[in-house]
Amino acid sequence: MSILNSKIPEGPLAEKWNRHKSAIKVVSPANKRKLEIIVVGTGLGGASAAASLAELGYKVKTFCYQDSPRRAHSIAAQGGINAAKNYQNDNDSVFRLFYDTIKGGDYRAREANVYRLAEVSPNIIDQCVAQGVPFGREYGGLLDNRSFGGVLVSRTFYARGQTGQQLLIGAYQALNRQIAKGNVEMYSRHEMLDLVKIDGKARGIIARDLVSGEIKRFGAHAVVVATGGYGNVFFLSTNAMGSNGSAAWQCYKKGALMANPCFVQIHPTCIPVHGDQQSKLTLMSESLRNDGRVWVPKKKEDAEKLQRGEMHPNDIPDEDRDFYLERRYPSYGNLVPRDVASRAAKERCDAGYGVNGEGKAVFLDFKYSIERLGKDVIAARYGNLFQMYEKITDVDPYKAPMMIYPAIHYTMGGTWVDYNLMTTVPGLYSIGEANFSDHGANRLGASALMQGLADGYFILPYTIGDYLADEIMTPKIDVKAPEFAETEKAVTDRIEKLYNIKGSKPVDYFHKRLGQVMWDHVGMARNAEGLKEAIKMIQEIREEFWKDVRIPGELDNLNPELEKAGRVADFFDIGELLARDALDRNESCGGHFREESATDEGEAKRNDEKFTYVSCWEYKGEGVEPVLHKEDLVFENVKLTQRSYK
Amino acid sequence: MSKFLTASIGRKFVMSLSGIFLMVFIAVHLGLNLLLIFDDSGELFNQGAHFMATNPLVKIVEPILGLGFMVHIIWSFYIEYQNWKARPVKYAKRNMSGASSWASRNMLILGSMVLVFLVIHILDFFVKMKFTGHPLLEEISVKGVYMENAYALVSATFINSTVLSVLYIAGGILLGLHLSHGFWSSFQTLGLNNKFWLKRWQVIAQVYAVIVAVGFAVIPLYFMLGMYK
Amino acid sequence: MADKILKELKIKVWRQKNAKSKGKFETYVINDISTGSSFLEMMDILNNDLIEKGIDPIAFDHDCREGICGTCSLHINGRPHGPDTEVTTCQLHMRKFKDGETIIVEPWRARAFPVIKDLVVDRTALDKILQAGGFVSVNTGGVPDANAIPVARDDAEEAMDAAACIGCGACVAACKNSSAMLFVSAKVSHLAKLPQGQVEAAARAMNMVSKMDELGFGGCTNTGACEVECPKSISITNIARLNREYLKARISR
Repeated sequence: MSILNSKIPEGPLAEKWNRHKSAIKVVSPANKRKLEIIVVGTGLGGASAAASLAELGYKVKTFCYQDSPRRAHSIAAQGGINAAKNYQNDNDSVFRLFYDTIKGGDYRAREANVYRLAEVSPNIIDQCVAQGVPFGREYGGLLDNRSFGGVLVSRTFYARGQTGQQLLIGAYQALNRQIAKGNVEMYSRHEMLDLVKIDGKARGIIARDLVSGEIKRFGAHAVVVATGGYGNVFFLSTNAMGSNGSAAWQCYKKGALMANPCFVQIHPTCIPVHGDQQSKLTLMSESLRNDGRVWVPKKKEDAEKLQRGEMHPNDIPDEDRDFYLERRYPSYGNLVPRDVASRAAKERCDAGYGVNGEGKAVFLDFKYSIERLGKDVIAARYGNLFQMYEKITDVDPYKAPMMIYPAIHYTMGGTWVDYNLMTTVPGLYSIGEANFSDHGANRLGASALMQGLADGYFILPYTIGDYLADEIMTPKIDVKAPEFAETEKAVTDRIEKLYNIKGSKPVDYFHKRLGQVMWDHVGMARNAEGLKEAIKMIQEIREEFWKDVRIPGELDNLNPELEKAGRVADFFDIGELLARDALDRNESCGGHFREESATDEGEAKRNDEKFTYVSCWEYKGEGVEPVLHKEDLVFENVKLTQRSYK
Repeated sequence: MSKFLTASIGRKFVMSLSGIFLMVFIAVHLGLNLLLIFDDSGELFNQGAHFMATNPLVKIVEPILGLGFMVHIIWSFYIEYQNWKARPVKYAKRNMSGASSWASRNMLILGSMVLVFLVIHILDFFVKMKFTGHPLLEEISVKGVYMENAYALVSATFINSTVLSVLYIAGGILLGLHLSHGFWSSFQTLGLNNKFWLKRWQVIAQVYAVIVAVGFAVIPLYFMLGMYK
Repeated sequence: MADKILKELKIKVWRQKNAKSKGKFETYVINDISTGSSFLEMMDILNNDLIEKGIDPIAFDHDCREGICGTCSLHINGRPHGPDTEVTTCQLHMRKFKDGETIIVEPWRARAFPVIKDLVVDRTALDKILQAGGFVSVNTGGVPDANAIPVARDDAEEAMDAAACIGCGACVAACKNSSAMLFVSAKVSHLAKLPQGQVEAAARAMNMVSKMDELGFGGCTNTGACEVECPKSISITNIARLNREYLKARISR
């Protein structure tokens, strides 16, 4: 346990963050100017952190693989952002948001971190409004809210169905302002390929200029990884095509522990897979469940007719429709948390009630709310989502129910961090989806945006000072140091090794196979046998990959296949660790469902006695089994109960 | 100020203001010309022409008008050159018909054709009336005032030359097309537009363009077809 | 809704090794594409075909594949984002094409968007325009409560209409003058419509327009093509607002 010091401050929950802030060190403005910080990733976490750190006076270098920082995948978040503002007078509070998040996460997150998240959440809304984020408003001019899955209050702020976009643009604007001032150097189309450590501390990164292919060295006094999640290990997911786990994985290989990698969120409302040419899955915002009712036919013969395309869903009368979420969970109904909704959909489809050609879809029907509220109201709320759905599927959701199915969406697991968001490598920080800290085993809707911005605007800028205060005597990091040369050589060697395989199959071929194994065995339902099988299969595909992948093009030019190959090579390792972690955790909690651990009704059954810990994996070398460390989770303020949304 | 005139928006303001000025002139010009077909004795038209030729205010406005034309024409070439430079490699295939009107994309071509017409037009009438004189212009007396018989020159021109008449009809139509975009565009450029006015301006522009095109085309047609008899 | 199979398509595509080299068109044949596939999925399949044949795959920009990140950028059959309205290329589906058709795919052409490779262009000019003033100058922390300043719902909605811009550059690609006015006006309008952004509205308009001119974009001639090709249907009335703000700024200083 010695390497895991979570540094959770003493004192009552509600006072921890304030006490901590007063206790940690602060760097003087004169010294901030001399300190450099690298921020990798420009999503909500990265952009907000880079902007805030630069505002404080630090010299910041920011990296993203996209052609512009504005394109990070935070932009795709649709529904909203939570904050304990209690603007609706519905008895919301910091404690309630904290409690909902802890409970929603199935009691596998740290109390202190989650409480802090809830505590700073109101500031985020204030900040975003000041930046000019056009949140939805009431006629009186004040901010409007909607409700989201897993909660009983309305605390979600939104900008139509593009909340992530608007928040990211807010952060991006703040970042742009600092770039213009010269406080941030922006490196677009640059991908971090390794972390450089000097004397045990994070001192820089090696990055590839994706346009010229040049391998470059960048030094800094601290490195912040804000590179998002690793959901693309499943090939098909709602992540962007370029989203990857490689930066975090290189940190893992350099000594940062990976925590709870098996906690992956499966989002219940995605457009179902069709055929085998699909490259990615499109999310339909969870907010749709506010007004849509989820159902499948009651009669199997109806379902079969739907599958064969012999029947139109509108021809099935209400009494023959099974609104299974309302039936099983009367108090939350269609607004149960994501993991519950996903499993319920899978259960119905596995039982043969799926409604599309593949039998892998359920209906999300707006007929009832259109009858109740009128088409205009529904169009105002979800117009752009409906349009998007129609463009993709050629079905008009105003006239026929949407078809949805669960898909990989978010990874709660990630790099282990202490209360300061620092990893086990001194000077290396991890924020946003890249870390593990706030969502436990399941993330509530509209909380990812909250966490990314909380980390970037209001937490990291304080906590990083505690580390950097001791670095003020460290001169500018010299990238000619032998550690940089060594790391650069390792990176170059690996790229050349991949490039020189010159096999016969494109990268996608292997990625798809990996994804299939992950989805079948490490997906919505997992069991020991399947997981062991998966580990074996992943190892086999990986071996084949390293023998037979073909990377065309040149090393010194824009080469998307080379980029993909590097990321997929890491996905094999991430996938294996994910399966290993899932195998270790023989309980069902949140997004992690072990068939061995279920109630008689098929609901997830936690095992608090044995598994109230964070699984932290330590890298021990290529081909060597990683070592598991456990951070025990202590709950002083909430009582652990079996989650119930009935 | 020079920075303003060379900035992309500034250049457009110049086009817009000179354009609006020219459109006012066109409206007056058309109004006057329509007198040609509303009074076959030619008295009304001659009185109008005489008023325009002798009014001191018009004398002041005349050079400004010339300047307006010059600015509008020179700036249009300058702008088009700047805009042309912004895309050194052209597309192999363009499919723009659904996205914008032909007139809006070809303002320079339309404008140049109008310019050619304008030169002919000036040589035909303006130069004769103003400088060289013409036998048909021999002074007559209308209600006791002596004035040039402009009506005689204009009507004779159209009656005697089908080619010129057709040219004038074409000129009117080209001008109408030019204005179908130019009219609303100039208000858009001045910022006098919003989500309510967008459609309104476009409708007003179409109406104005049709009036100008039909109005100018109908005059030579009137004489060509012998409707004055 | 039932998907059909397009038996054969010819893809005539711009190939250019890097920024310095001269490019040319190549034509490839691709078979058995489902009409339910997206255009980019078709490109993926074509690329994997090419790789197996030992040909360098076609580089194109793409990322989120759900029409919001603004990365994808192809000029397809003469139109930015192809033959559909209110979509990005990643949302364009093959049902918009006919069996046997030749599809012409080009990079976006503008002096301000130089080609990097094949269909990939450099759009950092758009970032630079925003860096010139597309923000509200507030630091993190120390801001008033979110509800301290009421904003009329219509204003917030109009700001949101403009803020929906994804920065893809289709407006520039569509414009006969390669003008970025719609892009600039969207940002100026978004912020000018909100009290928080109003404070700096005049300076913002002026600085962003100067930057746009400096980067080699053309000027606006109000053809309206940008609005039609914009995947988010951003209105050209925003350009009128930008003109207004710019004029105000010029008059007042």
